[in-house]
Amino acid sequence: MFSAQADVFVRRRNNSVFFFGLLGAVTIGSIVLTQYDVAKGLISFAKAFFWGASNFYPVGTSFRRLPDILVKLLETVLMSISATVVAAVPSLFLALSGSRSTRIHPFFTVCARGIGSFFRNMPLVAWAMILMLAFSQSPLTGFLALFLGSLGFLTRAFMETIDEVGEEAVEALKATGAARPHITFQAVLPSSMPQVVSWLLFMIETNIRDATLVGFLTGTGIGFLFDVYYKSFNYHAASLVVIVTVIAVIGLETISNGVRRVIL
Amino acid sequence: MDFEGPLVAGLQRRGASRPDNRARRATGITIAVLAGVTIYALATMDLAGVNVPRAVSDTLRNFGTVFFQPHTHRLSVADAFVEIVMTLGLAVLTTVFGAVVALFLGLLGAQNLAPKAVTNVVKGLVALIRAIPTILWVLIFAVAAGLGSTAAVIGLSFHSVAYLTKAYAESFEDLDRGVIDALRATGATWWQIVFQAVLPSSATYLLSWTFLRFEMNFANAVAMGAAAGAAGIGFDLFMASGFYFDLREVGLVTYFILATAILLEVAATRLKAKLKEK
Repeated sequence: MFSAQADVFVRRRNNSVFFFGLLGAVTIGSIVLTQYDVAKGLISFAKAFFWGASNFYPVGTSFRRLPDILVKLLETVLMSISATVVAAVPSLFLALSGSRSTRIHPFFTVCARGIGSFFRNMPLVAWAMILMLAFSQSPLTGFLALFLGSLGFLTRAFMETIDEVGEEAVEALKATGAARPHITFQAVLPSSMPQVVSWLLFMIETNIRDATLVGFLTGTGIGFLFDVYYKSFNYHAASLVVIVTVIAVIGLETISNGVRRVIL
Repeated sequence: MDFEGPLVAGLQRRGASRPDNRARRATGITIAVLAGVTIYALATMDLAGVNVPRAVSDTLRNFGTVFFQPHTHRLSVADAFVEIVMTLGLAVLTTVFGAVVALFLGLLGAQNLAPKAVTNVVKGLVALIRAIPTILWVLIFAVAAGLGSTAAVIGLSFHSVAYLTKAYAESFEDLDRGVIDALRATGATWWQIVFQAVLPSSATYLLSWTFLRFEMNFANAVAMGAAAGAAGIGFDLFMASGFYFDLREVGLVTYFILATAILLEVAATRLKAKLKEK
């Protein structure tokens, strides 16, 4: 009895020693491989704070740039919302055709999952860079990159929502002899709508942050503006871009949470 | 509905439900507003003189080149593999650094372990970190550290901290309040409660969230390679497309990234299933 219990503790300790040993080895391996300088990292972390406190804040003159910044911010927000909403249409269609509760044949589930996985794992950078070759520095580049990036996530999110919400509704209605399209469009879709909207709002928040990255790479929107100020060492104006972005993101999050409280 | 994380998990109500009229109306209004904004955005989008039909056909042809004619040119398959391992290395570092800091912040952010004033401060800090896009964090640190891996690792770790703090805190809060009260009644100290009860019982969740973040950090490391000159495959992607305009090499790099990301996704799903069994 005692020895059995002791074995459990020994095994548990051995397991955690093994786990943390492996983790430590992988971490050290990564440090060596990427030539990450731990000391330099810590020093520059501290340096960045002192530098930020003494340079990275808006001054009187940077507020003259506020109109420009707000125009680009609005462009970025509109781009994120429209890319999300447009991507939601094919995603919803894919999710309906692939979900367990609404599919016509299991084959469609495999297709929808595959398409979802492809778009979810494709690097956003690749979309942005390829699109830029033809669409150059236009807002369309950013819009299309975010659109393609959102497809995969939304397909998967919608599919799981419809799987979850649909099952009960479908079982009940199948018993009454309702036809499949009726079940899908009269019961499953309406009852998953609140969660679909919740995912849309989440995707919009994510896309605003991603739009900054895409804008930085492709020369559009608020990311580009930050890049311009940053590269011309106008850190006061750059900090204003950060502050305005933070306000926009937190504002949208607050609105989204308010909407969620009512609809969910 | 747990694949994307703690940031939305709490917002999703489980199971089918009969929304009341107010909820139904609000859902309708939200959809209408989003559709209206989208139409306005598309109608007023500045096309900057792009010939759209031509750009679309060019892009489709470019996608064809990328996906159907990948080729090694400057980068051999072995090089690409090394670069992928390098990117995975960056992802490991940002995840480990993020997890270590987040473990402490998560304990301070859990309502059953810390006073409300402290959890509020932690939550505010996390919201602020999250609101600043990753690329901006990296560039801010790049002023002090220079563009490259060091700045990328610190900048990316910031978002890992924010994400994991929230995930860990919510895992800790799942622990039954009675367990903590019982331990406190026996005179256990805060540290004893944390190490003997809180951490062991939430370990599987912590592992699961951390691996999910690792998956996300791989994607982020690719992005920072392209945007902020961090090492790894992202930088090759940027050079192949933005510098050499070599679409066939973009194809090779893209397939490597895609394959790695899908492998990580499969591993994460397996890990989660295994952890659930326990």
